Order: sequence, then C-alpha cells, then structure tokens
Amino acid sequence: MKVLVPVKRVIDYNIKPRVKADGSGVETAGVKMSMNPFDEIAVEEAVRLKEKGVVSEIIAVSIGEPKAQDTLRTAMAMGADRSILVETDVVTEPLSVAKVLKALVEKEKSDLVILGKQAIDDDMNATGQMLAGLLGRPQATFASKVDVADGAVTVTREIDGGSQTVKLALPAIITADLRLNEPRYASLPNIMKARKKPMEKITPADLGVDMTPRLSVVSVAEPPERKAGIKLDSAAELVSRLRNEAKVI
Amino acid sequence: MTVLVYLDHEGGAIRQASRSAIAAASRLGDVDVLVTGPDAAAAAKSAAAIPGVKKVLQVTDTTGNSELAEPVAALLAELAAGYTHILAASSATAKNVLPRAAALLDVQPIPDIVAINDADTFVRPIYAGSALATVKSADAKKIITVRASSFDPVASEGGTATIEEVALPAGPGGSTFIATELSKSERPELESARVVVSGGNGMLNGENFKLLEPLADRLGAAIGASRAAVDKGFVSNEYQVGQTGKIVAPELYIAMGISGQIQHLAGMKDSKVIVAVNKDPEAPIFQVADYGIVGDLFTILPQLEAELDKAG
Repeated sequence: MKVLVPVKRVIDYNIKPRVKADGSGVETAGVKMSMNPFDEIAVEEAVRLKEKGVVSEIIAVSIGEPKAQDTLRTAMAMGADRSILVETDVVTEPLSVAKVLKALVEKEKSDLVILGKQAIDDDMNATGQMLAGLLGRPQATFASKVDVADGAVTVTREIDGGSQTVKLALPAIITADLRLNEPRYASLPNIMKARKKPMEKITPADLGVDMTPRLSVVSVAEPPERKAGIKLDSAAELVSRLRNEAKVI
Repeated sequence: MTVLVYLDHEGGAIRQASRSAIAAASRLGDVDVLVTGPDAAAAAKSAAAIPGVKKVLQVTDTTGNSELAEPVAALLAELAAGYTHILAASSATAKNVLPRAAALLDVQPIPDIVAINDADTFVRPIYAGSALATVKSADAKKIITVRASSFDPVASEGGTATIEEVALPAGPGGSTFIATELSKSERPELESARVVVSGGNGMLNGENFKLLEPLADRLGAAIGASRAAVDKGFVSNEYQVGQTGKIVAPELYIAMGISGQIQHLAGMKDSKVIVAVNKDPEAPIFQVADYGIVGDLFTILPQLEAELDKAG
C-alpha cells in the first residue's frame, strides 16, 4: 500500500511570528522555518506503518515555494521513500491544496493519506477533511491511534471531552493529532541518505488545478498587547488580589 | 439572507458555545438550526426555545451515522441550497464535518472567526492568535466556525421556532462508528474550565504534578502543562497547553514553574487573569502575567492553599 503524506513548511514553532509593518501578512523572510509539527507526526505514523510491513511506499508531498524541498528532505530523512514538490508562489488554501492532493492521490493510486490535523501558520484545520470530501473517501480526523488490518483502518479520534473510535474501509484519509506518536529525529546517516532519494518537481498546472485563493487577506494585525503586571511578595497578597482586585476567585 | 447553524448538544441540552454561534449568525440574517443524534428530538425542543431561531431541522438517528462526518457533511451540502452561510461553534465535531461539507460545495471554509465585519468579511486568529487576519471570501456561500468566547451567547429561553424532521443521506459509506468514550475526570475540561492550573519544567518530575491537585481542587480548576513538561514525560500530552496543544482562555490561569516559551504563551495569553510563579525573575511568563511571584513553587504552593482555606 502506498501512503501519501503532505508536509508544509511553516515558521518554526519556537519563533514568535511578527506582523509585517504594512499589515499585509506575517514576516517569513529570514525567519527559521521547519516542518509543521503535526505533519511530523503524520510522517512518523507512516514510517511506523512501513516498519510494521503494512505500507510499501511513503511519498511525501509539499505544495509551495521551492524552499519547501528542505521540508521534503526532512520527511525523507525521517523515512519517506520519495517526494513530490508542487511548486507555486500563490498563497495556498486548504481547498486548492486538497485539489492538488486529490490529483496526486489518483495519479499515484494511493490508498492512504495521512496529514497533520492543521498547519500552525494559518490554523485552518481543513485540508484532510476537504481531500476526503473531494475524493468521496471516508475520513478519520484528529487521530490518536491507528490500526490497519484486513483492508480497513480503525482509528481512535480526539473529540471534546474524550475519544471516539471509527472504522474506515480503505482507501481512506487520516489526520494526525498530537497524541498519535512522538516523531523521531532524523539521524545524520539518514539525512545523508535522504539527499539521494528522488524528488519530482511539478506545478499545479501540470495537475490541472487552479490555485486562485477564495479568501483575500484584507489586513493582518497584532492582537492587543498584554502588559506585564506586578510582582507580589507573598501567597497571602496574591490571594487577596485575586479575590478583591481581579475578582476571579 | 438565511443562515444555518449546526448545533452541538449533550443529551438534548444545547451547548453554550452553540448559542454563541447563533449570536454570530443572527448578525448575518435569519437563523435556522440543525440538530442530529439519538436525542435530536429533545435537542430540537431546546433549540426551538432559543430566541431568534426560525426553524429547527431535526435528524433523529440511532444508528451512529450522525456521529460520522461523511453523512452529516453530505446533509449540510444538500441543505446549503437554502442558505447563504453555514455556521457552527468551533468544536471537534464542527471541525470534522464543516470542511468536508465545504469541499462538496467547492467553498474555502473560514474557521474560528472572532468578529464579523460584513457578510463576506471576517476576522480570525492565525499563528495560534499571534496575529489577527481580516479575510474576505469570494465564495457565494460561506462555511464558518465561530470561536465561542468572542460572541456572547443568546438566551436559551423565549423563542418559538417550528421543528421539521429531515433525513440523513447515506453519504459515500466506508466509515462505521464504533464507540465514544468520554473521560470520567472529576475536573472540568481544559478548554472550557473557568480556572486552569498548569505546571512546567519547574515541577521537576511527574510525581510532583500531583502537588497541583489540592490547589486545583480548591479552585475547581483543570490541570494543564507546558510542552517542556510533556516532552520530559511528566504528564501525557492531553494536558498540553500551547500552540500545538490546547488553546485555553479561562478567567484565571495559574502557571507554576513555566518559563513562558512563545508556543506556550500562544495557548493561554487570552486568559482574563494570569498568575505566574517562577524562581527566575527574568522568565518571559512574567511579561504576560498580571500577578507574579518570584520564588520556589514548592514553598509557595502550600502557602497558597493555606491562604485560600483561610480566606475561603
């Protein structure tokens, strides 16, 4: 079984994003970029399925600027077998990305797609669900446990206040939540090996996909700044302030 | 314009977050609502009493199919013909279903809105709230989830909507609902708790996390953790507050031994009042804390409990 794992290049989760002075967006030039953390979990899950012998090939896909190939190399260093870079300078949205992925799933005849549940830049949390909708395939979002057996996948999903279990007939779409696994670090030998793994470069036009965004950004602003408060000397003073000043206890 | 709101309910009681979604919807037009599940009839009754709701669409389902994204998304896509906007509170259910429905309608969804500028233009947080984006949709229909804390919920009583039964389409099939397991914790859920007590690296080990429980008990608080604490295995990652964990906005957030890394701040900085206890006076958490105590948390924790008992 071939697994497709989309990965997105985003501002590293340890970096505080800065809004551009002209309010057109968030500054990414000269900022440390990394693989979206949820996508790392998706790659890890695919690699574990391959180690279990359930999966025969892992194809990492990234859609975006040429530098996204760094992210694909990371995915291959973690264990993806090959990768596809779909180059575009248009702002990507879940709808357009899902259309690109649908075309690739059909082209590659992939029976399983594992995605991160959301990207930590636009926080959309939509691409996996949309891909499943476009393909008319079953979906299991926010997965915390994945078991593949006998042409079906049983997934435990994170829901508000607990978990839910669903069973999907393959082919299917899964999105990874935080508790699914702990992604491995790529070892130096694997990073070296990843340099030699194949990377195909195509464009959305090659797949017949129109990337025109449906959402236009009117402006991007900093949220209201939080001011530092006061330092107190004792627990007694804190309790008194919380009770009488802030009135929260 | 008429707007459809997909409601979350628990055993027939409409969740407060869904009443916030109705408040948002009523700024856009007339409001119809959809309720699904085995208790849909009870939920429909509750929904019909919400002021401002015109019509309640009810899907009574005991097969478990209404728990699945595939048939519910197909239903929303069918119903969409009669509506300009489809809204829901940003719950796990809505996030599962609405984007799929949007794909069926060739629409780019607009998640987690915190403000409505006009029928096409909305404000939503990006980068876990580090920035607010105002976006304008070119789609003919809008599929939107609403961040409940940004809209005051409408009342739960006073309305007289009509109720109509609708059928759940089969969907593409291939998925089966097996079971739901709700955690039996006595504590409130992290994301809806009024008070959150979180521990970080300064807790030193998992065993020490138990020391937070007496404080949390006194305050009726949920317990959270920083990513550092989760990465070190002190607690499991369902406790994690931050950009890659849970986003919380309680009335009171108490950070014990948390330095305040960017990704943690992104998950809690919208809390109304923030308290930080840390032995490092330079810890970044103090830059967002309303009240800070520089000191050893293991000394201050029992003092806090004693003071709460004294004053309470």
